[in-house]
Amino acid sequence: MDDIPSDAPTHCPGTQSEAAGKASACQGCPNQNICATQPKGPDPAIEEIRERLLSVRHKIVVLSGKGGVGKSTFSAHLAYGLAAANEDCQVGLLDTDICGPSIPRIMGAEGEQVHQSGSGWSPVYVSDNLAIMSIGFLLSSLSDAVIWRGPRKNGIIKQFLKDVDWGDLDYLIIDTPPGTSDEHLSIVQYLSAAEIDGAIIITTPQEVSLQDVRKEVAFCRKVDLPIIGIVENMSGFICPHCTTESQIFPPTTGGAEKMCSDLSLPFLGKLPLDPRIGKACDEGKSFLEEAPDSPAAKVFQAIMAVIQKRTEEEKMKEDFVQR
Amino acid sequence: MAAPTDSTDNLSSVKHVILILSGKGGVGKSTLATQLTLGLLKAGKKVGILDVDLCGPSIPKMLNLENRDVHMYPTGWLPVYIDDEKRLGVMSIAFLLDNKDEAVVWRGPRKTAMIRQFITDVCWQDVEYLIIDTPPGTSDEHIAVVESLKSYNPDGAILVTTPQDISVGDVRREATFCQKTGIPILGIIENMSGFVCPNCKECSNVFSKGGGEALARELGIPFLGCVPLDQHLSMSLEEGKNFITEHSDSPAVMALTSVVDRLIQIDKNL
Ligand SMILES: Nc1ncnc2c1ncn2[C@@H]1O[C@H](COP(=O)(O)OP(=O)(O)OP(=O)(O)O)[C@@H](O)[C@H]1O
Ligand SMILES: [Mg+2]
Repeated sequence: MDDIPSDAPTHCPGTQSEAAGKASACQGCPNQNICATQPKGPDPAIEEIRERLLSVRHKIVVLSGKGGVGKSTFSAHLAYGLAAANEDCQVGLLDTDICGPSIPRIMGAEGEQVHQSGSGWSPVYVSDNLAIMSIGFLLSSLSDAVIWRGPRKNGIIKQFLKDVDWGDLDYLIIDTPPGTSDEHLSIVQYLSAAEIDGAIIITTPQEVSLQDVRKEVAFCRKVDLPIIGIVENMSGFICPHCTTESQIFPPTTGGAEKMCSDLSLPFLGKLPLDPRIGKACDEGKSFLEEAPDSPAAKVFQAIMAVIQKRTEEEKMKEDFVQR
Repeated sequence: MAAPTDSTDNLSSVKHVILILSGKGGVGKSTLATQLTLGLLKAGKKVGILDVDLCGPSIPKMLNLENRDVHMYPTGWLPVYIDDEKRLGVMSIAFLLDNKDEAVVWRGPRKTAMIRQFITDVCWQDVEYLIIDTPPGTSDEHIAVVESLKSYNPDGAILVTTPQDISVGDVRREATFCQKTGIPILGIIENMSGFVCPNCKECSNVFSKGGGEALARELGIPFLGCVPLDQHLSMSLEEGKNFITEHSDSPAVMALTSVVDRLIQIDKNL
């Protein structure tokens, strides 16, 4: 990863270099102090995380540039869907949204406790083959705000990656907060040796959201994170009364599909806005089970199949090369 | 991008500072920030809007100010104005980036430094109301804003939520954040509350209904109103048009206007 920030002073020695914070170019840079005092070199946790996650076959990160586009809803349903499709498929879901952890609620596991054992933190099992972990389980009350600055958030993410005892997993889905921030950098850095299959980026159809997705795509390219594909969520609302479709979030610039063709990215599909999805989430249930015949559930299953196929093909190629 | 050197006290001349907060993303913080600002403008006020969302700044797009540049003044950055009379000034990181698709991938301390500059180094001049739009969450950006604002005695924060439980839960945490950091809460707005089908006029509660009002009651803070989902609103934001003046008889504008009226009534010396 390039460790020279894009708007660093000229002759910036790079944040990881020995001269960081000490070179003459660093004078007056607002980050001088941080660079000068931060420890250099790779964090030993990267190797520990690699070893911990050797038993996880696929690692998928779910990203979005913008907030509230349905990342957690998607992550949760990907986990539900994968686990429901095959009882031998072991699925883990890790919520790295430190400030707004919503996975416990969506998975109907609010108020559950995680336990510490000799081999690490035990995740919460919502079914035999579906385990989840979230900062939400560590908060003492529902109204607790986690007012943490970056370094502390990075610390807990490191612990989550290093110390959760997932056991053997076929899929680990990592849900993230919106944006391109400390959490994202940390996830990518800590998983740099463990190898992430790739990222799924969620967006809504309107340009206000797509403009943030382009930034997210730039981030993925910058840190060499493969993009499995882009999902357009909340695309079109069908009135339950008269079945007229309304574009509540209008795709004024062609939506995610057009953006994907412009940026040569795989487009995974369009999930319509269905009030039953939000309702299922509020109730901690799987929408795929609540309304299996709905158009949204059908699109979701199709998207999930593509994700499974892509990630499995990639892994088979790798396995082949390693042999 | 050099830091302005002499930044005596750009913010102390601003009478009212109002933060728009929400624990959750995508609930309409930026939307309400722009609409309340436009509402205050329509009411004859001189207004400013400061976008402290560094990773996903939306204000320039929503006000049709993309690709504009900020200029330097001896005392700091001059905001970008939407009008010739300079009655609405805007500051956003988007104005400082060369390429709008570029990702701002900054860790906390760097963001904190940038936000401090935004708070102290923008020449708002005689702005009466400064609305601050924030990113989702309760993290570095929020701590930085609140800390830098402390000495300026801000009016307080408006919390935005959508009606569903997931969002209300995050906003409850945001209220705790305000209490912990000593920021008064002006009230809660429930956004995206109900969608009226343009064909059959039936109202669907796309994201459920009533959660914001219930939370306000539970926390004992004022409920400022419900803004329904309105296609014209999302369309106006896409096109950078003025929804408040173009759809003045819609329920959404009525809800927004009543919030604006309340903001105008705030008297700091009470
Ligand atoms: N009442 C409404 N009716 C219709 N569309 C709305 C309404 N409120 C917000 N929107 C649309 O919803 C989307 C999200 O709103 P906005 O960008 O304001 O949210 P935000 O809370 O600022 O998000 P972020 O957390 O990413 O900063 C925008 O496309 C906006 O146009
Ligand atoms: Mg916003």
